[in-house]
Amino acid sequence: MKQEQVPQDDDNLMEGRTRELCYAVDEKGNYVKVLSCGWGPKNAALLQAWEQINEDVKAAYLSVKEGKASPLAFYMARSMFDVALLSAYTGIPKRKIRVHLDPEAFRNLDSVTLGKYAEVFDVPVGELVTLTEAVLAVPWKQAAVPTREDPRRDGDE
Amino acid sequence: MTIDFKHGQSAHCENGATANLLRYHGVDISESMVFGIGAGLFFAYMPILRHNGMPTTTFRPLPGTIFKRAATALGIEICRQKFRDKEASMEALDRALAMGIPVGLQVGVFHLTYFPAPYRFHFNAHNIIVFGRQDGRYLISDPVMENVESLSRADLMRVRWAKGMFEPKGRMYYPVKVPAKIDLPGAIVRGIRKNCFDMLGIPFPFLGVRGIRHVARVMKKWPEKLGEKKASLYLGHFIRMQEEIGTGGGGFRFIYASFLQEASAVLDNSRLMALSRAMTENGDRWRDFAAIAGRIIKDRNSEHESYAAMSTILLEIADREHGIFTGLREAIK
Repeated sequence: MKQEQVPQDDDNLMEGRTRELCYAVDEKGNYVKVLSCGWGPKNAALLQAWEQINEDVKAAYLSVKEGKASPLAFYMARSMFDVALLSAYTGIPKRKIRVHLDPEAFRNLDSVTLGKYAEVFDVPVGELVTLTEAVLAVPWKQAAVPTREDPRRDGDE
Repeated sequence: MTIDFKHGQSAHCENGATANLLRYHGVDISESMVFGIGAGLFFAYMPILRHNGMPTTTFRPLPGTIFKRAATALGIEICRQKFRDKEASMEALDRALAMGIPVGLQVGVFHLTYFPAPYRFHFNAHNIIVFGRQDGRYLISDPVMENVESLSRADLMRVRWAKGMFEPKGRMYYPVKVPAKIDLPGAIVRGIRKNCFDMLGIPFPFLGVRGIRHVARVMKKWPEKLGEKKASLYLGHFIRMQEEIGTGGGGFRFIYASFLQEASAVLDNSRLMALSRAMTENGDRWRDFAAIAGRIIKDRNSEHESYAAMSTILLEIADREHGIFTGLREAIK
């Protein structure tokens, strides 16, 4: 990769917090370090992963709203936890977590257990138990998913 | 209290943390040098080992390997600690800082507050350096970030005790003894030799150059075997491993080429320079491969030609890397 070819395709995936370092050659063929704010194909791959996660999140949201699952299912999908990982973080046995995925059992949970879940998911307990539509609006995720009206430019063109 | 520590940004966290720590202790070597001496270039595609339901693909050896190999080859003694107790892990860190030692930590990125949110997955083999405390916050030199960051005690403890695969368990490390004279040429030769073996010599179809050939063969069949959607998800996963933050582009191939360039100067060996150029071209082919993949992912469909085209590129890459590492083996004899 030549120095001037280092792509600068910013899809705001680094949220302006940083740029990444790439290795490229200058006109004499010597290696130099160049900062890049992104590359089309790689951005597409990351967005695809999030799109997949967001599909799961929406499905989980609907099943909570229909009373088929407890809010725990939604937060697990949103934060990409499976039962084993959630158990490792909270110290709550997997068997119990599976029970808590049931809306009825979840409603009867004590505040200590709820607190443990809320801490891992980084939400206040109040938000954990009452699932409002607002939780779906995670701005950067929504904005990041390309829509048909918004054809995103190609990194390699 | 802060330590006079110079933050340097790098492409990859492990090499970067190692290089920054070594530089503090007076061993001035680059990230690429650490990567090369640590024999960091690799390829593995393991269909049996699943990651999010997809075959595990990696362009580097297991986390920690590069650091360990580089330290051993350079004769640097490292203190590595793991903990059972969260508080104990923080006290040990505070003690080291109080003695003026910058400390490397293994952390998870999921709860890493300063990290860009789209990159915060459950990945636990990230490396950062803590070099002081200011106003109750820990000063962090994160090798992949442009600037110095900071974390509260609670947040730092949390990422040190991330759970899941590669649990850090509070792991911390720092050099304790650095030899007065470093045998850089010896370490370079040793690193190249090890990397030649990893890429060419492992008699297993999923590892090294053989692994690239294997993927080339199976990738062709992805669309019919998995269906259009799943095939593109597999592809996305593959590309993320290849290009995500940390690789310096082209699945670490450019970092390695940069290492070969430096090595050629240290060893005064012009063949390494030629091989560095060949490795750069090879990295460009990895990028070409990713560009096709990116188009398939974005369009959500593929003319099946594209998978065949990618397969052809991968076979070409396998041949190139076979040639490069065979050449390297000769060049350092």
